[in-house]
Amino acid sequence: MSEHVSSLKLYIGIWLALLAGTLLTVIAAGIDLGPFNAVVALTIATIKATLVVLFFMHVKYAHEKLTKVVIISALFWLAILLALSMADYTTRLWS
Amino acid sequence: MPNSPVATANHEVRDNPALLHHFASEQQQKDAASLGMWVFLATEIMFFGGMFCAYLVYRYWYFGDFGAGSQSLNVILGGTNTAVLICSSLTVALAVRAAQLGKQTTVVVCLILTMLFGLVFLGIKGVEYHDKFVEHHVPGASFHFPGHIPSHPDIPINQQHAQIFFSLYFIMTGLHALHMIVGLGLFSVITYYAIRKRYGPHYYTPVEIAGLYWHFVDIIWIYLFPLLYLIDRHK
Repeated sequence: MSEHVSSLKLYIGIWLALLAGTLLTVIAAGIDLGPFNAVVALTIATIKATLVVLFFMHVKYAHEKLTKVVIISALFWLAILLALSMADYTTRLWS
Repeated sequence: MPNSPVATANHEVRDNPALLHHFASEQQQKDAASLGMWVFLATEIMFFGGMFCAYLVYRYWYFGDFGAGSQSLNVILGGTNTAVLICSSLTVALAVRAAQLGKQTTVVVCLILTMLFGLVFLGIKGVEYHDKFVEHHVPGASFHFPGHIPSHPDIPINQQHAQIFFSLYFIMTGLHALHMIVGLGLFSVITYYAIRKRYGPHYYTPVEIAGLYWHFVDIIWIYLFPLLYLIDRHK
């Protein structure tokens, strides 16, 4: 089997990036950015999640291409769930 | 045809006892297992997605009460737990790498470290739950959450709405903790086999698959931490 073996340096680098992201999101939460506090927090969380998926879960080097199809489909369904639900609840008081 | 799957299969069946007869090659067997785990994780995304959706809807409706509830959580314990989970994700990734390289002892050490980090996480979570019980912040007959909405000293906290926040807090973190406990069970079995040197460069699928599950549970926490603990911290 010829599986990709990531270097130790890469794993340590991702680990440090994730810890730095955690520190950054805690610091950013203490600053009043108005509605952008939620945006910043979720952006940092999404960057951290992407690092975990690509490098720790080896999706960047996935041999099986269907893996990426499954992940993108799952995120697409999640987007439908959240977008359509919020489109309903946020517009109920408009009339 | 030296490169055809059948030719490879006949060759590898003799070499690797872990290769099941209905797979053409080690690579195909591992890809199938990995894809199956990803399909399961897709269902898990929908499972947790429903709760995240409920959180978003109620946070939108009861914004101030959710802010007050969020501020009552302990950021230091929550942040420490985030770091602990990130460390456990690193040790899982290193366990898979060690298995790929055939370093049997390192696999066992990394797996045991992962389980220790997992137990530390659950311990800290237990301390947080204990604090919430002592403060009467658990939804139910004895729920008591006095005070006012952040940056609105004239609006008292609505007890019903605050209970929705704490219900979501306990359900989401509780189901996350349940997933951690399942992960600890998986890793106990895998560590047992790792000690018996079952995993190496030609067969480490269980380490990789359980690792995928563990990383996924880590990702759920990466979103739970800012949503529950941080978003209303600045007021």
